[in-house]
Amino acid sequence: MQLSDLVFYALAAFTIIAALGVVALPNIVHSALCLVLTFIGVAGIYFYLGADFIGLIQILAYAGAISVLMIFAVMLLLSRDVSESNPSHKKGKYLAALFSGLFAFLLALSIYSTSWDLTEGAEIVDSIGKIAYMLMGDYVIAFEAAAILLLAAVIGAVILARGEEKR
Amino acid sequence: MLSLLLPEIITASLGVLVILLAVILPGKGEKTVQTLTVAGLVAVLFLAVKIGVDKEVLFNGIYIIDAYAGFFKILFLTGAILVILSSANYVKNFSGRISEFYGFMLFAVLGMMIMAGAGDLLTLYIALELMTISFYILVAYVLNRETSKEAGLKYLILGALSSGILLFGISLVYALTGTTVLSEIGSRLTLEPALISAVILILAGFGFKIALIPFHMWTPDIYEGAPINVTAFLAVASKAAGLAAMVRVFISSFQLGFFDWQLILALLAALTMIIGNLVALVQSNIKRLLAYSSIAQAGYLAVGLVAANEYGLKGILFYSMVYVFANLGAFAVAVQVENDTGSNEIKDFGELGKRSPFLAAVMTVCLLSLAGIPPLAGFVGKFYLFSGAVEAGYVWLAFIGLLMSMISVYYYLNVVKVMYIGKSPKETFPAIEPSARLALWICLLLTVFLGIYPYPLTLWTGNAVKLFLG
Repeated sequence: MQLSDLVFYALAAFTIIAALGVVALPNIVHSALCLVLTFIGVAGIYFYLGADFIGLIQILAYAGAISVLMIFAVMLLLSRDVSESNPSHKKGKYLAALFSGLFAFLLALSIYSTSWDLTEGAEIVDSIGKIAYMLMGDYVIAFEAAAILLLAAVIGAVILARGEEKR
Repeated sequence: MLSLLLPEIITASLGVLVILLAVILPGKGEKTVQTLTVAGLVAVLFLAVKIGVDKEVLFNGIYIIDAYAGFFKILFLTGAILVILSSANYVKNFSGRISEFYGFMLFAVLGMMIMAGAGDLLTLYIALELMTISFYILVAYVLNRETSKEAGLKYLILGALSSGILLFGISLVYALTGTTVLSEIGSRLTLEPALISAVILILAGFGFKIALIPFHMWTPDIYEGAPINVTAFLAVASKAAGLAAMVRVFISSFQLGFFDWQLILALLAALTMIIGNLVALVQSNIKRLLAYSSIAQAGYLAVGLVAANEYGLKGILFYSMVYVFANLGAFAVAVQVENDTGSNEIKDFGELGKRSPFLAAVMTVCLLSLAGIPPLAGFVGKFYLFSGAVEAGYVWLAFIGLLMSMISVYYYLNVVKVMYIGKSPKETFPAIEPSARLALWICLLLTVFLGIYPYPLTLWTGNAVKLFLG
């Protein structure tokens, strides 16, 4: 094992523990803060893989903007005692853990027993330029569809949040 | 190249225009928006028919315009037009946000059209999300009804889960091959354990979208809770879109005989046909009945993909098209009944045969077509699907399909029985608006016509699947 592998395992462990915290912590504000840590861990993995632009965007958009919004929403909407605001379901908790554990085990087994065709990727010099060319070139339809998707989501969120008009 | 993309571009612009009109004319001008939407969709439909190219590959294989994509685009557009026409009066339930409703319909259609043409997993995924996010909103559109809100939330959670599963499968395929372009995946795949996981995850992801058992649990609640015209569109068009993408991914990327995904799909299809039909037997709500019937229909359609030969694939396209007319016809009648009584219970169809002979006739013909009774169109479709399965050596699957079709006749005829023998406190039925009458006539005539004279559709579907058969 090389030092760079160690970095990866550290980042992965950090991300997974933070993600477990999101699910398991009883206080929803703590869960939201753990989510920030998860996003930062994922961003770290992007940096580790040399995708610096995506890593930066991950920190800016997810760890920055989205999580702040989420915590705002939690604070505004929370009316009960905050320490018990993210209750875990007693019923079926162990069954769910069993099945998801089994699923994860099978998936990990299939991934470990595969011989991956790993090649050392060339150092990417201009990743922003490459992404720009792809978004505006071959992937332009997906790019435009994503734009419409966001428009639909924003308008939909407004309509659903506004609720039935009282007359 | 741009002229080939015109249907998509016009649909997108129309959607944005409709949303803009909703802002400029708040709370009024709904009739204008409705007329504009239908006119625009009809124009796009003609355009899609006119673009009769054999095969044009754009952006290095990422977007494909061929007879197959064209067929499904025409199907989605027809479905959307029929839904809008048949529920012109029903939309009053969406007071204050009627124009936006048409905008979301257009965005959903756009997502479906891109799904049918996507030759790349990433584009496919984004198109799928565009469609499902539009549907999340549409399902929760009757904001003063608890069931609709609940359905919206359930669909959001389960839809996000299924998208995650699909995306996980896609990421494994990308890790194995280094590409997301479907035509290149096929040549770069090697049989690895991770590939099996990937195929199963992708199968499960698509299974959610087309409601195969055991990935169907969202269907009944959401079909029941959603506004009925959204349910109709969801049952017909979103299912067809999922199937269109699924067939293209599986046939062009995961070669046959490579590893036996067909057997897994065959088991799912058998389970879907059996449970879908058996549970439909005990339903008393027309939306739930049609929900379980649509689960069963997804099972029949999956049989065609299991067979993966000329008859099977042709059967999928043929059956999807006749399913549009039969199912939308049945839903259009249910919309009229809900306009009248405000309920979806089957007993409210009582004496419809006397109160409105036309509606009862349309309902009867559509249900019999769904059951696959000759000489209606559904029979021809099922004939192709099951012949394909027999030809591919899946005789047992064809047998289950036939048996379950026979069982399904019972619950379809039960509705017919209520309409002609049942009792109703009411004597009359309110007049049907002209646009709904038009939609009902289209569904009725095409269901009968394609059953008696299926040749044009057979020719067209045969042409559309030619490129998959080498």
